[in-house]
Amino acid sequence: MSAPQTRPHEHEPGHQRAHSDVWLSAVTAGYGDRPAIEDVTLALEAGSLVAVVGPNGAGKSTLLKVMAGLLQPWSGRVEVLGGAPGREARRVAYVPQAETVDWAFPVTVGDVVMMGRYPLLGPLRRPGSLDRRHVDEALEKVGMTDHRRTQIGRLSGGQRRRVFLARALAADPALYLLDEPVTGIDATTQDDLMDILVAESGRGRTVVATTHDLATAAQRFGRVAAINRRLIAYGPASLILDPEILSRTYGGHLLVLGNQTVVLDDAHHHDQAGEGEIHYHEESPRR
Amino acid sequence: MDAVLDPLSFPFFQRALLASALAGVVCAVVGSYVVLKGLAFIGDAVAHAAFPGVVVAYIVGGPYIIGGGIAAFATAISIGWISRRAHLRVDTAIGVVFAGAFALGIFLYSAIKGFVGDLFGFLVGNVLSIGVDDLVGLLVLAAIVLGVVAVLWKELLYATFDPLGAAASGLPVGGLEYLFLGLVALTIVISLQAVGIILVVAMLVTPAATAQLLTVRFSRLVGLAVLIGAGSAVVGLYLSYWFDVASGATIVLAQSALFLIVLLLGPNSGLLARRRPAVT
Repeated sequence: MSAPQTRPHEHEPGHQRAHSDVWLSAVTAGYGDRPAIEDVTLALEAGSLVAVVGPNGAGKSTLLKVMAGLLQPWSGRVEVLGGAPGREARRVAYVPQAETVDWAFPVTVGDVVMMGRYPLLGPLRRPGSLDRRHVDEALEKVGMTDHRRTQIGRLSGGQRRRVFLARALAADPALYLLDEPVTGIDATTQDDLMDILVAESGRGRTVVATTHDLATAAQRFGRVAAINRRLIAYGPASLILDPEILSRTYGGHLLVLGNQTVVLDDAHHHDQAGEGEIHYHEESPRR
Repeated sequence: MDAVLDPLSFPFFQRALLASALAGVVCAVVGSYVVLKGLAFIGDAVAHAAFPGVVVAYIVGGPYIIGGGIAAFATAISIGWISRRAHLRVDTAIGVVFAGAFALGIFLYSAIKGFVGDLFGFLVGNVLSIGVDDLVGLLVLAAIVLGVVAVLWKELLYATFDPLGAAASGLPVGGLEYLFLGLVALTIVISLQAVGIILVVAMLVTPAATAQLLTVRFSRLVGLAVLIGAGSAVVGLYLSYWFDVASGATIVLAQSALFLIVLLLGPNSGLLARRRPAVT
């Protein structure tokens, strides 16, 4: 896992590490022999609301999995909530992409949200009144109280995303790692879920979410990390509307702005993304 | 009525009834997870791989539970290991391992000179000949399997439903996977004498599959599967006694018949079900 430190990495943002919830230094990770992310150095402050954006196959999900401790990096160092990834796992809630879930699975909405409490309970202990209260509150927040007894396969796409966010809320985590939490859902649901994430970040919780929707990223998130295998830029959310960064992140790819889909075809920058990372710093990041 | 009550006066029938019902219950509980994990093929493989262990136990005169248990356990763990390590598809690895192990069993079986009728019973099930020692062994194994599931049911459920989410929030998903494969191995050993190696996968899968047609809640699914598993084991055992045929065949046929009835007449999938718009 994290190798003993011989000397600080030259890109290491050491001054940021102390108050970071998530800290990566020169991280490369992937599957088989193909790296999905390369040389990513990033420090996410506690309480920040971060959108991870980039084209398909840019390594957004991989980055999240490394933070969640689900994927060991090939090289580089990672710290999450002050320890190696996975060490503080009970304070982390990870929500996978909707496509990876078996929606025919015989569980109800209430069952799924209660699962968020299981890791906190440990073996033998059955869910008690405290757990039920957390589940009730989480269902209330996402507006799914009336669907408590519904099997998850009977839900719409937006309702499914609400349920999985409720599962994360029920665990009351310090760090949310959400893979495409607002993708492919109606505008109302998207607004509702974003309101919840903004509120959680306001309570000092760190929220990291991948998204395809740049308009949402720019308008609703505090900060944005643009990646295309390498980190292109990290800074205030408005950064992602900068044409230079857009073309370096999405060169030659589809990108989504609200309801519009745009093709960026910029051969000059394609495949050269990430030559030099751009880090923007602000005195008071927008929430 | 006498046809039902009379056999109960024979100790061998009492033992067989207990052994079959026990296998039905344990298979239903573990099978509920097997069905949801999509591990039916692994269950079949582990059952076949238990055969060489049973034959070796027969040759050295030890209890078949130990021999079969070791072989099944080793196969289950090695399949888990291969599927994590090797750059092979899991079903490919399973096919290689279980065919090899079963061939070894057949080799040893056919190398034995003399009467091997007892061993043939392990292939197709012959629970009417189960002894007291074996029955005690089954009770111990069943207590272990049901005890582990009772302690870890919710962790196993979370890891089955969403392995990534469970692992990220601190459940030892890899360890639970191996533990579960171990439970599958023990469950198969429990069922060997009742239904036999060739048919044990049906015990594991069919009651849970039938229950899945009837409910959308996991707790009810397990409860229904237990009722179906134990009920069809009892019915199958009587059929085996009345018609003097292999118990494995009658127990599994009872389960298959029930599945077919529920499939055709059930509230969700049946021909009489009100057509709902498809939900995916």
